[in-house]
Amino acid sequence: MHIVVCIKQVPDSAQIRVHPVTNTIMRQGVPAIVNPYDLFALEEALKLKDKYGGRVTVLTMGPPMAEAALRKAISYGADDAVLVTDRAFAGSDTLATSCALASAITQIHKDMPVDLVFTGKQTIDGDTAQVGPGIAKRLNMQLLTYVSKVRSVDLENHEITVERRSEGGVQLLKTSTPSLITVLEGTNEMRFATMTNMFRASRYQIKVWNREQAGIEDVTSVGLKGSPTVVSKVFAPTPRAVKAEIIQCVGDDPKELSVTLLAKVFAKYPKLEKEIAKRAV
Amino acid sequence: MSEAPEVKKPMGKKRIELDDRLKAYKGVWVFVEHERGKIHPVSLELLGEGRKLADSLGVELAGVVMGLPGEVTRSFCHEAFFHGADLCYLMEDALLTDYRNEPFTKGLTDLVNKYQPEILLLGATTLGRDLAGSVATTLKTGLTADCTELNVDLDARSLLATRPTFGGSLLCTIQTLNYRPQMATVRPRVMPMPDADTARTGRIIEDTLGMFEKDIITKVLEFIPDAMQDKPQLPFADIIISGGRGMKKPENFKLIWDLAKVLGAEVGATRPVCQAGWVDLERQVGQSGKTVRPKLYIAAGISGAIQHRVGMDASDVIIAINSDPNAPIFDFAHYGIVGNAMTILPMLTEAFRAHLATARKAG
Ligand SMILES: Cc1cc2nc3c(=O)[nH]c(=O)nc-3n(C[C@H](O)[C@H](O)[C@H](O)COP(=O)(O)OP(=O)(O)OC[C@H]3O[C@@H](n4cnc5c(N)ncnc54)[C@H](O)[C@@H]3O)c2cc1C
Ligand SMILES: Nc1ncnc2c1ncn2[C@@H]1O[C@H](COP(=O)(O)O)[C@@H](O)[C@H]1O
Repeated sequence: MHIVVCIKQVPDSAQIRVHPVTNTIMRQGVPAIVNPYDLFALEEALKLKDKYGGRVTVLTMGPPMAEAALRKAISYGADDAVLVTDRAFAGSDTLATSCALASAITQIHKDMPVDLVFTGKQTIDGDTAQVGPGIAKRLNMQLLTYVSKVRSVDLENHEITVERRSEGGVQLLKTSTPSLITVLEGTNEMRFATMTNMFRASRYQIKVWNREQAGIEDVTSVGLKGSPTVVSKVFAPTPRAVKAEIIQCVGDDPKELSVTLLAKVFAKYPKLEKEIAKRAV
Repeated sequence: MSEAPEVKKPMGKKRIELDDRLKAYKGVWVFVEHERGKIHPVSLELLGEGRKLADSLGVELAGVVMGLPGEVTRSFCHEAFFHGADLCYLMEDALLTDYRNEPFTKGLTDLVNKYQPEILLLGATTLGRDLAGSVATTLKTGLTADCTELNVDLDARSLLATRPTFGGSLLCTIQTLNYRPQMATVRPRVMPMPDADTARTGRIIEDTLGMFEKDIITKVLEFIPDAMQDKPQLPFADIIISGGRGMKKPENFKLIWDLAKVLGAEVGATRPVCQAGWVDLERQVGQSGKTVRPKLYIAAGISGAIQHRVGMDASDVIIAINSDPNAPIFDFAHYGIVGNAMTILPMLTEAFRAHLATARKAG
């Protein structure tokens, strides 16, 4: 079985700061990590490999430095890694990104037929959850989103049974391979990198493909040209015009203060008082 | 949106002439999502928002209802009219009983190609995100996910879709200029619920799916519904008491639950607290949790990080308790108490209890 896992290198957004005056992102020193959601996809793929045999290929589209994310994946146990990188990809939105990735997967497929494509649920920087569905549609694969568990794979009959989180419950779905699965977070826990794999990762020769090598003939299908969406404005959230009315906890009488607070709140929002009185027990 | 949002084409004041191919697309559509015989509230919220967009553009608002044949599915059209739709596209087919990507993508894509709306809105639910991504790629058009604000640029007849970016630190406005329809998803509770006007009616345009079960590769073997009773319904709660890392230890969360009980409220929390397992993950409020808009939100020991703020900013009244007078939460709360949450919460609970007792006696 051959599984391709799409992973993205993202800035650790927990550490991103916005410049207070210019409202620009201060990227300096912000470490790049593997999109946390993609690790669940990778671990799920590695688990299937442990169970059914086969290979796991990790794939990313990004700048040359994104190869660090691929090496990380190899240290966890992925077999092969492909980096698709080209200036032509700059400014790609989700439609263009899924076009580039789908094309690369088609190339990977030529070397070794692909049974499953895994993606994370979403990225922490783009946060759209659209790239997975986009790839599936481009490759005309069955799409299974928000999968919490792969129940079984029937290699002989090219069938897979999964549990999918849907609104209000879990769907048990059966479909045929090749198919694309977006893996839900929290479904597994990433294994530790072994010494052998870490050693392998440091020496592994990552396949680096430019646009042509990734099989993309039409320049207008990727990058800015291939992106229907345009960012027209970036701005900081507006602060509320009126700041909080602060009630200082002076001395040691939080009781008094609570009573004062309620009186103030309810004087200003009489409807809220009625509402609460009606429902509270 | 997957790459760093550089401002690519600043919008000038110049009037943009739409080409004829794009001009053919008219009207605002809302995909009406439903489950177990009920419309998902996010669809009604979107109809309210869609009404405003349609009015500014001077076009009609349509709901798209897809489901199994019968009265229930049909009744969703009427409910859509009550909430602002002028017409509904109705597609009834037994194959649309459970959600599956393939038939829903085909059905919605066919409707779009046939009737050509300029804007198509869906809820950012698991279903909506699955469907929106598939439909947008099939139609090769732009889609902006998880918008927090929708407007139109009348000159370009273009949807201005605003969403948080960079983990919520900034907002960006995204446009789809040369493609139609312009698609966007919005999370539940981000937009206000419009009032229902049961006197409203509208036209129903029926269409067919034109698929057979044998054409659909994915089969639903089983549906295992969630145990409803203990699942918190945070997004639709009227009062929420939330705690953050400032509550210090899991045992102290009892103070939050005590206050919640007196007020008949739901309990929420910040991400670190949920991840530490102090409360259920379902209770996380914020960018990667639930969006809420209660009438009253009390935040105890919460710093007010932007990722938390975007999930609760729309609350009518926000009261914050924090020991740090400079905590960011005081920048957007309506009332703030500077002090130790562990001493203040019990007092607040007591004050509410006493106040409510007198209020109820007074009738
Ligand atoms: C991609 C991404 C997504 C995220 N999504 C979310 C999300 O959905 N929801 C979310 O909440 N966070 C989210 N976060 C995390 C967010 O950035 C903050 O780290 C988080 O909200 C902080 O939680 P907190 O306020 O509980 O803790 P802290 O920031 O540690 O704040 C604790 C506060 O308690 C106060 N305090 C301490 N002791 C006391 C006391 N005795 N009495 C009263 N106050 C006291 C402190 O002054 C402080 O202000 C996300 C982050 C990222 C990067
Ligand atoms: N540039 C990329 N390279 C590889 N995979 C990606 C890339 N962008 C997105 N993905 C995959 O698509 C998923 C959804 O991304 P998004 O639509 O940005 O939320 C991610 O979890 C990744 O698995």
